[in-house]
Amino acid sequence: MGTLLSVENLVVNYGAVEALKGISLEMQEGDIVAVLGANGAGKTTLLKAISRLVHIRSGTIKLRGEDLSKFPAHQLASIGVAHVPEGRKVFATLTVEENLNLGTWGVRNQINAQEIQKTKEWIFRLFPVLRERRRQLAGTLSGGEQQMLAIGRGLISKPKILLLDEPSLGLAPILVQEIFRVIRQIHDEEGVSILLVEQNARKALGVARYGYILETGKIAIHGPAAQLKEDERVKAAYLGGTRVQPAK
Amino acid sequence: MRIFLEQFLNGLTIGSFYALVALGYSMVYGVMKLINFAHGDLFALGSYLGYTVLVIGAGWITQVLGVWGGVAVALTAAMLGIGIAGLVVERIAYRPVYKAGRLPLVVSALGMSIFISNGIMAIWGPRFQAYPPDAIPSAILSFGDIKITVIKLVTLIVSLGLMALIYWMVEKTLFGAAVRATALDRDTATLMGIDFRKIILFVFFVGPALGAMAGVFAGLNYGRIIFNLGWTYGLKAFTATILGGIGNIPGAMIGGLLLGVMESLFEGFVSGAWKSVFVFLVLIAILIVRPTGLIGEKVAEKV
Repeated sequence: MGTLLSVENLVVNYGAVEALKGISLEMQEGDIVAVLGANGAGKTTLLKAISRLVHIRSGTIKLRGEDLSKFPAHQLASIGVAHVPEGRKVFATLTVEENLNLGTWGVRNQINAQEIQKTKEWIFRLFPVLRERRRQLAGTLSGGEQQMLAIGRGLISKPKILLLDEPSLGLAPILVQEIFRVIRQIHDEEGVSILLVEQNARKALGVARYGYILETGKIAIHGPAAQLKEDERVKAAYLGGTRVQPAK
Repeated sequence: MRIFLEQFLNGLTIGSFYALVALGYSMVYGVMKLINFAHGDLFALGSYLGYTVLVIGAGWITQVLGVWGGVAVALTAAMLGIGIAGLVVERIAYRPVYKAGRLPLVVSALGMSIFISNGIMAIWGPRFQAYPPDAIPSAILSFGDIKITVIKLVTLIVSLGLMALIYWMVEKTLFGAAVRATALDRDTATLMGIDFRKIILFVFFVGPALGAMAGVFAGLNYGRIIFNLGWTYGLKAFTATILGGIGNIPGAMIGGLLLGVMESLFEGFVSGAWKSVFVFLVLIAILIVRPTGLIGEKVAEKV
């Protein structure tokens, strides 16, 4: 297992505000890595920087050793980066199936139609509701279904890395449960590598192997998920545990 | 009945011009959220380009290929030329000011409109120009006492056929889905791997090319063209765009055809002088009931 993604000293500014102040992280092939943190900590910015939706001030991002900065943003899909953005961002007036098919746009010259059809069948098995509603406009789906569609749209290109931004945002607890079950399932069945950004730290550390915690644009703590779950600081701040008594 | 049918056909013909021009407004608006005010003038420029091809070609193209061959050459040349002109307009008038926001874009669009219509006047002169009569197919078909020129029939068939093609392309293919996705959400479309610059080039080529076709057909059907043709047709086509619901393809087509038919029937049965008043009254009425246009709910959902 080699290194899949490595980010070094990433700095991103929004105007005069430093959103990311020099972040480094690393991810192995076939891994699930969680990035946790409060609102405004820079989690979404990190994913947007990897996808080049925001301008990178300095630092490098490499996928399997290849510097991503030499590709324009629209070519990242074709080299194996799939980004499921925060708030799902399904194309509301396109049908479910059109949304899924657009997920193949970046790789349409690399993967043949049969292969795509096979992946689509797999996605329909993961999310049977998408098959039922495939002729419906995506905007008519419920929030949970839209999230499933957004994940399916990311998976259909068989990406090397799936960037998942807050998949549980705004969903009812039972759907959050379902989404995390599927995240585990796509990882177990197809070995998809997932970089997961979440506010729901408990759930995220439940599926991830390794975790990073962002605080105001910097990595505050990182370590194996099992270890983070037991870390007193993490418990206090992110897992809603009992307050840690200051050591005497 | 005879008047009704003739006026209905006339209305469909002029409506297909409106619809073709409206498609260009709507496609560009959908992707760029920009009203390309130069679009009507590109339509006029297309008409003049077709005129020039026919004037030059009357001697030999028409000799070799016949009248219809000449028409086909004029249409093709105008569509290609104006498609390229559309790309040039995007490159010099819009691309440099994209980042400046929407108002500078609108000003730039208005400037381009004035530039093109005055350019036409400078090149071809301020007076009416007549399409060369011997380059216009003159056959007439009679159905009972209803007479229709063959060129009108061809105009209708070709226009409707091309609209069907565009509809299919935008609404039924993966490429079309990419165009619509870009119109909805450029960032997310980029995440899918869609290069929005290519989509922009597509709408700035196809839109004006469709307009140019309408321009040449208008010249062939009515015989005379003038430099500010883009203003009169452009305004009506823009109205049709709003009527149908801006930003969506079927809306532009239906809006255009409906506008043409209403205008023509009113002209035939009530008054030619008041037809524009009638058309705009209908527009106002429809916008009061459906502010997003006839097929505009999709846009409303987005905004």
